Amino acid sequence: MTSNSYFQVIVYVVTLLALAKPLGWYMARVYEGESVGLNRLLAPIERLMYRLSGVNPKEEMRWTDYAVGLLVFNLLGALAVFALQRLQASLPFNPQHLSGISPDSAFNTAASFATNTNWQGYSGEVTMSYLTQILGLTVQNFVSAATGMAVLVALIRGFTRRNVDTIGNFWVDLTRSTLYILMPLSLILALVLAGQGVVQTFNSYQAVPLVETVSYEQPKLGVDGVALQDAGGKPVMESVEAKEQVVAVGPAASQVAIKQLGTNGGGFFNVNSAHPLENPTPLSNFLEMLSILLIPGALCYTFGMMVGDTRQGWAILTAMTLVFVVLVFIAVPAEQSGNPALAALSVDQSASISQSGGNMEGKETRFGITNSALWAVVTTAASNGSVNAMHDSFTPIGGMVPMWLMQIGEVIFGGVGSGLYGMIMFAIVAVFVSGLMIGRTPEYLGKKIEAYEMKMAAITILIPPLMVLGGTALAVMVEVGKASVFNPGAHGFSEVLYAFSSAGNNNGSAFGGISANTPFYNTLLGLAMLFSRFWLAVPVLAIAGSLAAKKKVPVGLGTLPTHTPLFIALLIGTVLMVGALTFVPALALGPVVEHLQMIGAK
Amino acid sequence: MSQKSVSTSLFDREILGAALVDSFRKLAPQQQWKNPVMFVVYSGSLLTTLLWIQALNGEGKDPANFILAVTLWLWGTVLFANFAEAIAEGRSKAQAAFLRSAKRDIAAKKLDEPRYGENYSKVAGSSLRRGDVVLIEAGDFVPGDGEVIEGVASVDESAITGESAPVIRESGGDFSSVTGGTRVLSDWLVVRVTTNPGEAFLDRMIAMVESAKRQKTPNEIALTILLVALTLIFLMVTVTLLPFSLYAVATSGAGQPITITVLVALLVCLIPTTIGGLLSAIGVAGIGRMMQKNVIATSGRAVEAAGDIDVLLLDKTGTITLGNRQASAFIAVKGVSEKELADAAQLASLADETPEGRSVVILAKQKYGFRERDVHTLGATFVHFSAQTRMSGVNIEGRQIRKGAADAIRGHVEELGSKFPPEFRKLVDDVARRGSTPLVVSEGARVLGVIELKDIVKGGIKERFAELRQMGIKTIMITGDNRLTAAAIAAEAGVDDFLAEATPEMKLKLIRQYQADGRLVAMTGDGTNDAPALAQADVAVAMNSGTQAAKEAGNMVDLDSNPTKLIEIVETGKQMLMTRGALTTFSIANDVAKYFAIIPAAFATTYPVLNVLNVMHLATPASAILSAVIYNALIIVALIPLALKGINYRPIGAAKLLQNNLLIYGVGGLIVPFIGIKAIDLFLVTLGLV
Repeated sequence: MTSNSYFQVIVYVVTLLALAKPLGWYMARVYEGESVGLNRLLAPIERLMYRLSGVNPKEEMRWTDYAVGLLVFNLLGALAVFALQRLQASLPFNPQHLSGISPDSAFNTAASFATNTNWQGYSGEVTMSYLTQILGLTVQNFVSAATGMAVLVALIRGFTRRNVDTIGNFWVDLTRSTLYILMPLSLILALVLAGQGVVQTFNSYQAVPLVETVSYEQPKLGVDGVALQDAGGKPVMESVEAKEQVVAVGPAASQVAIKQLGTNGGGFFNVNSAHPLENPTPLSNFLEMLSILLIPGALCYTFGMMVGDTRQGWAILTAMTLVFVVLVFIAVPAEQSGNPALAALSVDQSASISQSGGNMEGKETRFGITNSALWAVVTTAASNGSVNAMHDSFTPIGGMVPMWLMQIGEVIFGGVGSGLYGMIMFAIVAVFVSGLMIGRTPEYLGKKIEAYEMKMAAITILIPPLMVLGGTALAVMVEVGKASVFNPGAHGFSEVLYAFSSAGNNNGSAFGGISANTPFYNTLLGLAMLFSRFWLAVPVLAIAGSLAAKKKVPVGLGTLPTHTPLFIALLIGTVLMVGALTFVPALALGPVVEHLQMIGAK
Repeated sequence: MSQKSVSTSLFDREILGAALVDSFRKLAPQQQWKNPVMFVVYSGSLLTTLLWIQALNGEGKDPANFILAVTLWLWGTVLFANFAEAIAEGRSKAQAAFLRSAKRDIAAKKLDEPRYGENYSKVAGSSLRRGDVVLIEAGDFVPGDGEVIEGVASVDESAITGESAPVIRESGGDFSSVTGGTRVLSDWLVVRVTTNPGEAFLDRMIAMVESAKRQKTPNEIALTILLVALTLIFLMVTVTLLPFSLYAVATSGAGQPITITVLVALLVCLIPTTIGGLLSAIGVAGIGRMMQKNVIATSGRAVEAAGDIDVLLLDKTGTITLGNRQASAFIAVKGVSEKELADAAQLASLADETPEGRSVVILAKQKYGFRERDVHTLGATFVHFSAQTRMSGVNIEGRQIRKGAADAIRGHVEELGSKFPPEFRKLVDDVARRGSTPLVVSEGARVLGVIELKDIVKGGIKERFAELRQMGIKTIMITGDNRLTAAAIAAEAGVDDFLAEATPEMKLKLIRQYQADGRLVAMTGDGTNDAPALAQADVAVAMNSGTQAAKEAGNMVDLDSNPTKLIEIVETGKQMLMTRGALTTFSIANDVAKYFAIIPAAFATTYPVLNVLNVMHLATPASAILSAVIYNALIIVALIPLALKGINYRPIGAAKLLQNNLLIYGVGGLIVPFIGIKAIDLFLVTLGLV
């Protein structure tokens, strides 16, 4: 790693942590219904929305009602996205006259955006109309994120309340998350990004003259659209001269902002934040990267504040940050050191004043190795999934780090809300085992952890591996699954494993290398996304309900403190142990073999 | 009074033999089904047995001998777990049988006919049944709860009620019931026993150690859920490994796919068999350890809850202080010499058979050398204590000497036309403030002074409370004394808090209040008036000397009737949880090494590069897999002693305790299998078995 790499990573981490407290404080005030600076402006809107939708904001919900509200709302959202895609050809704001989308792809995308995954089997600029992007995808970017935050807040209430059977009001939590947190932050970020050159327009795609005429050869197609062949069976080539290029544009800045802030990650353009109109400058890159982890990090502080002990929040944030930093320092050097096989060909891969060195395949030169590898770790630590480089082209270890970050359950920062509630599930397991080890019925934040909580926590930890391993196994067993793999072998296996790791943990980033926009993958991945989102959210709400009904155990001498370095180590240990033990065999057959083959191990 | 526990060495020959037989008996599927983790091993063993038979027919994917070796060790794993459970059951049953057969400390004189003067035979109190009639004479303990059918006697019930003055028990009327553990001070009683002492508890206890009837405790259930979840994860890991392997073979064009035998071996190695196999043994052994401490628990839940106790309520009398107060000073009023007071006090107490009365006589003798005088030769008449006068004393040579509580004497002298000296009030208060009980002495209408009756705090009790405090347990003394007295004794004994002038309702209220705050409350008690509070407490330890009602209300009975036994009960409860937690951690930490053994071996033919992961340099793929399976089986046997003994608990604070146990069982669990598997591999190679 170069000293510049260290500098960039440090600046990023320090900025992230510095913002955790102020934003965390702000969010805690929002959820506790206290006045924040924006009240005068937003409170009337909030009241109006409740009145229009017939919601009584004072009404408290049991966890079951809360869960039903959440499921119905997300189901309706998914149906709306599905309908918009299918009908977009006959709807307005479609300057490119893009046609309706196939049912399997529309299902996949609807599931993907409703679950905050934002896996994209399609290419945005050649598939989605502006209306679908704005009314379908961007709306889901907001509300799927707000859903995750609502579940988290409900869980926190489970810890803070005692002897009651309600955990808050889903509609209020959803509205406040969107109105007071996501909207203002997105507005600011969108304006700054537009300032940096991210495009924001309703105009149709622009044809621009090229600076230099480009000529190239391409296979000549016959009238039936099939490539013509000569007598020898070779394709007939024709030469083409390109004088102008059609540049895709659209209302990108507004969508990019929430895509980053809401850990959505679904790019406006196909290549996501590697696209110069989605992420033009190093500053826009820094801000987009920062906004991925901004809310998940700050929510830890919110959590601490709401449970009345900020040390609890800092402890979890520390655990997340430690794992994150260690993995950054594995991924970045892996990319920087490049491929030893190339060294044999006398290729200079060392960093110097004139070149970045290392593995630059699939990376943008305006970002370089550090910011590409850092982004890869950031986007998979959070369940964001946006990319500014192609992960498929990373070195085996550089690619394994993002994959494993997803596999450990998207709890290192994770999705907005979902990351922290996932981490709290791990904390419950950690507390359970450690409670036993000190001879006390386990308790976390004053709540006894008993069989019911263990059952629910076990489900949340069980589902993602089931989706990832089960899905991958199915895909490599059936012909339709194997047919999509372009690189059979260990790397092809890594690509399939990556796809299911991404969908099964609601990340949404892709390794690429497999053509996933097929009915088989669209359906299987769509189901994986739905299961791992809602089969986690519902048990978490069940725990919230069960905890809220419990008494609060006062802290005593025998209580295990959960803000100490020891507990942080234990929490990290639990996450890594479960993650490692579950995925070691699969990783061994994918990236590990690739790496060993690359370095020529015997 | 205490019984010695049966000294079973860890592996008693007889118990071992029976346990071996039981290990096989427990192979019945309906027994295995109860333990999900071991059921997976059981199913795996069946599967590999079938694979072995298939291989014998020449259709196996692995050599038949290899499959056989794996199969035998898998069955071994199941049997070892069965053995652990059987041995824990065997030891606990032996302990229970010992308790049942052991003579109870209270001997009873069982009458052949229900009449005074009939022949009697001496029997053990525990053998008495409802309806038996016993004779209890002066100095005897009452062997069990019963009803007086003949006779009148003064009975010291201080062990149960805390009230030091003896009570009169006689046939008929309200005062006809006697309680076990009390002592007849004078005269005799013929009592019909109304309960079957002890037996019911032992029967319930034995039911708890027998697998067929054993109920899982809440904590065991929660842990089982975690273990099942882990088992499911590993089941998924191994099941999906087959298609992964097939794909790898197909695309790399090299090697053989992983075989079912190896997958089963991997699965069994990964799932938490160590804790799964020892889980029930730990629970049974915990109950057994309770019995060794002469505590009979009637529910495993209570034993477990004991580890969580936050608050402990203790009766003052008999627990914190010796049951009876003792005279410690004579304080005379102005104009009366101390010697005069002592003389009068001794005279008034000569016929007083209560411990307090005797202590007055002794104190007077120690201080002024007054010899004991016989009441009858003095021609004196003794005035009994009665509930109405609340005084006792003596009439001698025209002198009317009385002693009693301050307000009783006050009434007495005022009746005789004298006045209670006002400065005397202060004298009485001073005594009370010191935590003592003032006993006022008067002669005729003249008040002579005060005898200070001091509560003697038991030796070493302060240290025991300090120990409890270190465990994070708050101690609260309950007493019928007034606040002043209670505060003084509380300070001397080192309890954290006290409840003075306690009534049964107040005790109940206090417990509910703590429970509402989320605390777990333990209580020790022995009296019938403790029963409601015992029933309310989360952990209720009834003294064996206590009343049947108390024992029924409690969920544990301490045969030694030692209230500080709770410390040991708490320790046992904690040990049970800690042993489970430690072995769970150990079990999971072990998996790391097992991966390093099996993964390179399983894919040796497809991806030879993975041999880099064979950090233990195990000889061959077959020896690697076999070594892991053998280690996995043997570690269960190796940990049986730990499961039975439980890991040590020391009150060093939660964080420190966790750190220690994480180091031993977490980090240790990472390292030990590397050494173990390598050693087994070397052994197999040396023997030329692989």
